[in-house]
Amino acid sequence: MPSISRAEVEHLARLARLELDVPHLDRLAVQLDVILESVAKVSEVAAADVPLTSHPLPLTNVFRDDVVRPSLLPEQALSAAPAVEDGRFRVPRILDEEA
Amino acid sequence: MTDLVTATAADTAAAVASGVVSAVEVAQAHLDRITAVDPAVHAFLHVDTEGALQAARAVDARRAAGEPLGPLAGVPLALKDVLTMEGVPTTCGSRILAGWRPAYDATVTLRLKQAGVVILGKTNMDEFAMGSSTEHSAYGPTHNPWDLDRIPGGSGGGSAAAVAAFEAPLAIGTDTGGSIRQPAAVTGTVGVKPTYGGVSRYGLVALASSLDQAGPCARTVLDAALLHEVIAGHDPYDSTSIDAPVPPVVEAARSRDVRGLRIGVVHELTGEGYQPGVQQRFDEAVQLLTELGAEVVEVSCPHFPYALAAYYLILPSEASSNLAKFDGMRYGLRAGDDGSRSVEEVMSVTRAAGFGDEAIRRIILGTYALSAGYYDAYYGSAQKVRTLITRDFAAAFEQVDVLVSPTAPTTAFRLGEKLDDPLAMYLNDIATIPANLAGVPGMSLPVGLAPEDGLPVGLQVMAPVLADDRLYRVGGALEAALLDRWGRPLLEEAPQL
Repeated sequence: MPSISRAEVEHLARLARLELDVPHLDRLAVQLDVILESVAKVSEVAAADVPLTSHPLPLTNVFRDDVVRPSLLPEQALSAAPAVEDGRFRVPRILDEEA
Repeated sequence: MTDLVTATAADTAAAVASGVVSAVEVAQAHLDRITAVDPAVHAFLHVDTEGALQAARAVDARRAAGEPLGPLAGVPLALKDVLTMEGVPTTCGSRILAGWRPAYDATVTLRLKQAGVVILGKTNMDEFAMGSSTEHSAYGPTHNPWDLDRIPGGSGGGSAAAVAAFEAPLAIGTDTGGSIRQPAAVTGTVGVKPTYGGVSRYGLVALASSLDQAGPCARTVLDAALLHEVIAGHDPYDSTSIDAPVPPVVEAARSRDVRGLRIGVVHELTGEGYQPGVQQRFDEAVQLLTELGAEVVEVSCPHFPYALAAYYLILPSEASSNLAKFDGMRYGLRAGDDGSRSVEEVMSVTRAAGFGDEAIRRIILGTYALSAGYYDAYYGSAQKVRTLITRDFAAAFEQVDVLVSPTAPTTAFRLGEKLDDPLAMYLNDIATIPANLAGVPGMSLPVGLAPEDGLPVGLQVMAPVLADDRLYRVGGALEAALLDRWGRPLLEEAPQL
């Protein structure tokens, strides 16, 4: 079984956009070890010839009729935004240079 | 406690329809009950007093005008805080959605409103429905009405406790791995997870999209069936919604006839790991079903012991993807936006501040399971187990009409008891998870109190896809026979709040 290091958890946290402090990372590393050791038992029965099931129903794409229908007004869509400017969502800088 | 709050939903609807009582009086009685007991129970995160009274007044006006009323018009209901309701706070038990008021109704919410159901408010839950105790709510736990030091189950502990504490005769829960059925079991109430796709997920904030399903919580099997019929049915807003007639659940609940029905006891979901009193009450209930004319056999589902492991790979994988949308940009919490941080840094600070420990744990676990290099070994293998479990169900349903097991391995445990041991917490779902993985419907109903602790025990019934009516047939018959035996409903044994 893989033993999860703090560095690995830190990498996962970065992928998941979670800024966690060191004690939290260490705690997660220990817990992930325990959980992964337990869930690894799936490999005991997951033989090569068993097909995958991603979903309980056969999925087919569903299209709606291509007609104009009412939708949220801009002010409704913006009503819960943390920051708004000129009728748009205001977000922090996207690029790395100084704002 | 007044008769207005102890009445069944069916009786309340009949009384409102015939004018014996007004919908406003019924709503007010429940709002008063909430005021009296919810400080101790904490089933509700938000009580919508004005909205509830307004909905009740509308029902009374329709009746006065001679307009037809639906089968649950004027009946109060508690809505799990994972379903959107226009203009009413929806937090999913998370800090990251504190104060969010959605701009739209979930389809379930809309159907309740159209049916004249009076929505009292939003109920507490484990954050984003991750947990078995409501202790993972950012707003503090719900307390079990049977013993306030114990958990009400989870994630829908608020909905189950509201029903058990007579704060509402009906509630809506959602069930991803047992979050309707396990709370029902530990609070002595009835809870049903319908067939996957039977009830629309539009407006249900997704945890694991291939597993989530909304369903009814109630004090009687018939009340659950009446609510099931109101919320079920095809919805073009949900691409996984099944376009087929709703199974005849109300008729089945009223039939109370299990003669000739073939019932399979799942060998892998009994015995070791189950509390003796839970096993005893389960065995007695199975014996009772035999006396009622059912044909009971033992059935083996050899891959069920792998269900928990598969679930705790599939669920975190889907959850880590679904919860990625909470990034503090368009709604919800935004933290650390002081002008010095980039958008990516603000997202990371926001998510760490907004999500609790369990949500973070599962996001990290899911991110790991989906990582390049581990994907096949973990997520891929889990999906294979899902196939094997679906095949186990198919083979079992060739032999029997329904399957039964204890709903949960133990009665309600103490608050705090398993909070520091995630794996022990996950084991609560061991009997409920297989149904979610295969998409089949399941019900939990109370079958007595465990002799060793005097706490409620639930029996689970599972049926094939779209045979939800069989749950109600078994549940209705067993409930009636137990009521005869006990002389009064189990909830009357609960301590007065």
